[in-house]
Amino acid sequence: MPHDHHDHDNHLDPMDARTRALETILTRKGLVDPAAVDEIIETYAEKVGPRNGAQVVARAWDEPDFADWLKRDATAAIASMGFSGRQGEHMRAVFNTPRLHNLVVCTLCSCYPWPVLGLPPVWYKSPAYRSRAVIEPRAVLREFGLELPGDVAVRVWDSTAELRYLVIPERPAGTESMSREELAALVTRESMIGTGLAKVPA
Amino acid sequence: MNPHETPQPETPFTEPWQARIFALTVALNEAGHFAWADWAAVFGRHLKDTKDGAGDYWRAWAAALEEMLASQGAAGGADVAALAERWQAAAHATPHGKPILLENAGPAPEA
Repeated sequence: MPHDHHDHDNHLDPMDARTRALETILTRKGLVDPAAVDEIIETYAEKVGPRNGAQVVARAWDEPDFADWLKRDATAAIASMGFSGRQGEHMRAVFNTPRLHNLVVCTLCSCYPWPVLGLPPVWYKSPAYRSRAVIEPRAVLREFGLELPGDVAVRVWDSTAELRYLVIPERPAGTESMSREELAALVTRESMIGTGLAKVPA
Repeated sequence: MNPHETPQPETPFTEPWQARIFALTVALNEAGHFAWADWAAVFGRHLKDTKDGAGDYWRAWAAALEEMLASQGAAGGADVAALAERWQAAAHATPHGKPILLENAGPAPEA
């Protein structure tokens, strides 16, 4: 292309240009539908997120029968609340207790339960977290501001493409009279990965 | 890894191409072009070489997808590179504020 008056100085990031090229090829071959690609972006950029998981946790705190169901068959129990599909096909809920703290990582890449937590945060995808969560979980938790008593065991769960974990944090004290919505507001994303605890009501 | 490094609320994508490459991968998986476990294995291998940072993560993601598509014969690296140049030419030929369309690059060199 000659450098003439048609050049408007728009410049694509090389990754942007390459991604556009890939999509053009895949679309021309009929391998993907751009409308489906748009729909996927909208879903994960805007719709699905950790508030879904917070509703699951709040219900587990509130309904012992539901908590039992979560323990036995997390995939079905979570799907019953409308949270199912991509990367949530095989779920396992792991419950924190006064003696056990659960922590979730994906050492291979960034496997994560999308239907209940959305897409993973940057730190979850980082090489440091992926390697250190298994080797020195307590040190990692300290960096997140979580100092666990010595008599609390830490169990680390390594997510895979086949099985995804959701941590059910302990219900904070002083929340007995709270509504389901109030409870859900205490459940942070970090508490459902295990790098934090549920918030204590002010 | 410090959770306080990123402002809240955090968006999963910091640049549009990251969302695009993510969604392309999910769409291809859903259309049955590869199993997610196979994708995770290739992606995990690419991720091994990255340092911290969202940009590195998505560049590894893109490289993994390109490798999978090249090995399946769906999109070869040379074709992708040639078309990326056309997209760059289209961007240069498009006024600011107008959508960048591949046609703006002028007639395709072949076909």
